[in-house]
Formats: sequence, structure tokens, C-alpha cells
Amino acid sequence: MATVTVRRRELDFWEKTYVKEVGRGLAITFRQLTKNLLTREDVATREYPEVRRKYPERFRGRHRLMRREDGTVRCVACMLCSTACPANCIHIVAGEHDDDRVEKYPVSFEIDLLVCIYCGFCEEACPCDAIRMDSGKHPLPSFTRDMQRIRKHQLLEEGGLSVAEQGGRSK
Amino acid sequence: MLMVILAALLKFAAIVLGFVMVLATLLTLIERKQSALMQNRTGPNRAFVFGKNPLSAFVGQLIADPVKVLLKETFDPPHADTWLHRLAPGLAFIPALLMWVVIPFGPGPVPGAEGDNFFLMADLDAGVLVVFAIASLSVYGSTLGAWASRSAFSLLGGLRTAAQMVSYEVTLGLNLVGIFMIYGSLNLNDIIWAQAGYDAATGFQNAYFLGFIPKWGIITQPFAFIFFLAASIAETKRAPFDLPEAESELAAGYFTEYSSMGFAVFSLGEFIGIVVVAALGATMFLGGWHIPGLPIELTAAGQPVIASLATWLSVAAFLFKVVLLVLLQMTIRWTLPRFRYDQLMHLGWVYLLPLSLANVAITAFVLFLTR
Repeated sequence: MATVTVRRRELDFWEKTYVKEVGRGLAITFRQLTKNLLTREDVATREYPEVRRKYPERFRGRHRLMRREDGTVRCVACMLCSTACPANCIHIVAGEHDDDRVEKYPVSFEIDLLVCIYCGFCEEACPCDAIRMDSGKHPLPSFTRDMQRIRKHQLLEEGGLSVAEQGGRSK
Repeated sequence: MLMVILAALLKFAAIVLGFVMVLATLLTLIERKQSALMQNRTGPNRAFVFGKNPLSAFVGQLIADPVKVLLKETFDPPHADTWLHRLAPGLAFIPALLMWVVIPFGPGPVPGAEGDNFFLMADLDAGVLVVFAIASLSVYGSTLGAWASRSAFSLLGGLRTAAQMVSYEVTLGLNLVGIFMIYGSLNLNDIIWAQAGYDAATGFQNAYFLGFIPKWGIITQPFAFIFFLAASIAETKRAPFDLPEAESELAAGYFTEYSSMGFAVFSLGEFIGIVVVAALGATMFLGGWHIPGLPIELTAAGQPVIASLATWLSVAAFLFKVVLLVLLQMTIRWTLPRFRYDQLMHLGWVYLLPLSLANVAITAFVLFLTR
């Protein structure tokens, strides 16, 4: 095994007495103290609830369901998202839609946020631009586990209008 | 006689409740704020009581801390000696307060003149010895608390406390010997008068070096001041000498098993200890209540007038010097990393003690030549 000899600089007399180095240390801490007391220039603390950090645009936050122009949910209950989901946190119950071009709509749409791993596969799997993770919000804390299972109406509250072409053909 | 005792008790209550406890309480928060700013953090700023401004958060934190501590459960560890365990914080706390009995925080009559110092409770000729006698008692509190807790962490902390206090008290005492030799007294009052330039034979002749440098202990004994500062930080068990409560090694050291008021009393006692050593340092090395340039002949008869502005200015000067030394100690505490245990003993016995002895010997030699 190779041995590396680290050559250390010899300390001069004043460094050996600590006096010089202690003085330098005190100068640094005192400088930071006065600087931060007067200008708060170097303070790295972020006052969290009041001052929030802006997330990057591609941040994957809480899910939302998008709407069509007539206000109905874009989701056609094709189950691609719940199939793609590696955590199995999306539970959809499908119902028959009046419009036979659309065929299905979700009667209930639940996402268990405690199980979700925020991978974004559902978003990618969706052929209808119905589910998105761009709300920029965290899952909020709650007192019960059940409150972390967010329902269709909660998902729609965040939802906006999407005019993307749906179902592979024009309207 | 009763009146004298009553007056002394009143003064004790005034200085302890009006200054020492207030400063110690403020220190618990100032220390956190100061260390935070030194480390580019903000420190506690959430406990608002009136409006969202820094002052309100400061006041709120001062209220919130004791309330929180009072509401905690007082816990005695299983198999601990409950009685001793509860007694120990008091034993650590009381000596720190008692030391104020002999520290003069304002000017009195010149030495030898009639009358007593209004700003001093006990004018003892062995003043400094009393301070050390009481200071040595405070080690009982921490060691007893550690032993009564029946915890390995506590016991190790207690052992370290005892060893450290014994080692550094020697240095602390030896560094004051030079002061006694130069100013010729053990009485704290006389030492301050001598630092102000008073000479029993000549009065106020040559009160300053070169006409403007005061004859303070820090000028006549600069090395003793540095050693004293180091030893006094060790006495107050704070970084870089905080081995007894080294949190990364011993949880909280000798008060690991304390909660609620027991813990609060221990830590408040430590903060009071800081104020006390600062007061001792100010008295011995910074001229006590002496303000350079202010005419020391406060009154014609050498009896300071209580209503005199100069008298109260002197009291303020003393308190200011104490605060200054306290802040210096805090800055050192948040600047230097902790020593290893063997380094601590090495520094104490191999460097500080012989250097202090050399300082005493050289001072004695110089005094022998010049007098």
C-alpha cells in the first residue's frame, strides 16, 4: 500500500501561540455579525411561509384535470394513466358518456397523494391532455389519510381549459 | 444591625434582579441571535406578541422560552437519587449569584476614608478569596447533578466538569496574583481605586501613564488578562472549553437528564456565571467603575454623592464594561471549535499554568527592582 506523506507548513511563533489565529477568527465572526446586523447581506435564511421560492417551470406538483371548452372533464377514462402509474395510486371508475364519439368519462377519479411518487408517467401516458402536474403546488398536510386521496372535483378545481385535439381526430 | 442587613439585602436584590438576571435572561436569546448572524442565519424571529416586527419577536421569544420550560414535565430518571437530582440545579445556581456580594459596582469613599461604599454589599479585605471560594462551590452543583442522574453521559460530563474546574481555577487565581502585587490589596474596592490612580501616600499623583493611559490591570498585566480570559471561559464551561457539556460527545453533558426548570436553572446559572466572570474581569483588569479622564475626586471629602451624575456615570461604565466582556466571551464561544480533552488538559497544565507562574515571577522581579 502506497504511503503519501503530507507535508504541512511549519507554523510560525505567533500561529503556535494561537493568539494570531484566534484574532483572525474573531475578526471574521465579528465582521459577519456586524454585516448581517446592518444589512442582512449574507443571511441565507428564507422566511418560508411569507417568502416562497419560485419553482422551476417543469416542477411536477399536485395533479389537476383539464376541461374541454364546454366545461366538461377531458378525461375519457381510458385507464392509460393508472396503467402507467408505477405506484398504482390512480383509481378511476368509468361511466358511459352520452356522446358516442367520446364513449367514456370518469365517474370517480381518485389519486392517493400519499402513494404517488410524482414521476409524471400519468401525464405522459395521457392521450387527451386531461391530467397534468403543472399546478406548481405541494400536497398539503392533513389530519387524516383519507384527506390525502384527492377526488375528481378537487382535481378539477385546479383544472384549466385545454383546446388540444382529442381522440386523434378534429372536433 | 438589622437595618444594615436589610439595606444589603435590598442592594443585592436590586443588582441581581435589576441587572444580573436581566442580562442573563437577555443573553439566552442574544446568544442565539448573535450566533445566527455570525453564521449567516437569522435566529429565532417567529414568536410575535404585538405586530409583525423584529422587536415584537424578540420580546415574544423572551416570554415564550420560560413559559415553555415551565410547562414541561419535571422528569427524574429511573434509579436516580431524586432528592439530590432536584437539589443540584440550585446548588449550581446560588453560588453564581452569591459572588455579587463582594463585587463593587460603583465608587465609594477612597480607601481609608470614613463611610461605606453604597454600591457594595460586603466590603471584605479578602474579597477576591471570597469570590474564588464561592466559585469553587458551583462545581458541586454540576458534579452532584451529574452523579445523581445515574446516566453515563451525565457522569462523564460531571467528571470533566470537576477536572476542568480544578485545572483552570489554578490559572485563574494565579493570574490575579500579579494584580494583587501591583495594586497591593485583595480588597476589590481598593484594587479599583488603585487602578484609578489612587495612592494611599500621595493621593492622585501620576494617575495615568504618559498622562493619558489609565493604570488599569489590562495595561499593567496584559498577559495575565489573556490567560485570565482563557481560564474564565474554561470556568464558565463554554466553547472552546465546553467539554463538560460537549453536545456531540455527551448529549448535554452533566445536565443530560434534566428537563423543565431543572434544565432552565442550570443553563441560567451558567449565563450568570458568564456575567460574574465578566464582572470580575472588569473589576480586575478594566478598572471597574473607573472612567479615564473623569475627575476621580468625585466629592470634596472623598465620599461620592449618591445624587452625583459622575457617580451614576461610573456605575454605568462598570455595567458597560461587564456587557462588553460578556459579548467578547460570546464572540469567542462562537468562533473557536472545541478542544479535544487531552488538548484541554495540556493547554491548562503545560502552557497556561507555567506561563502564569512566569508572569507572577517576572512581575515580582520588576516590582522588586522598581520599588
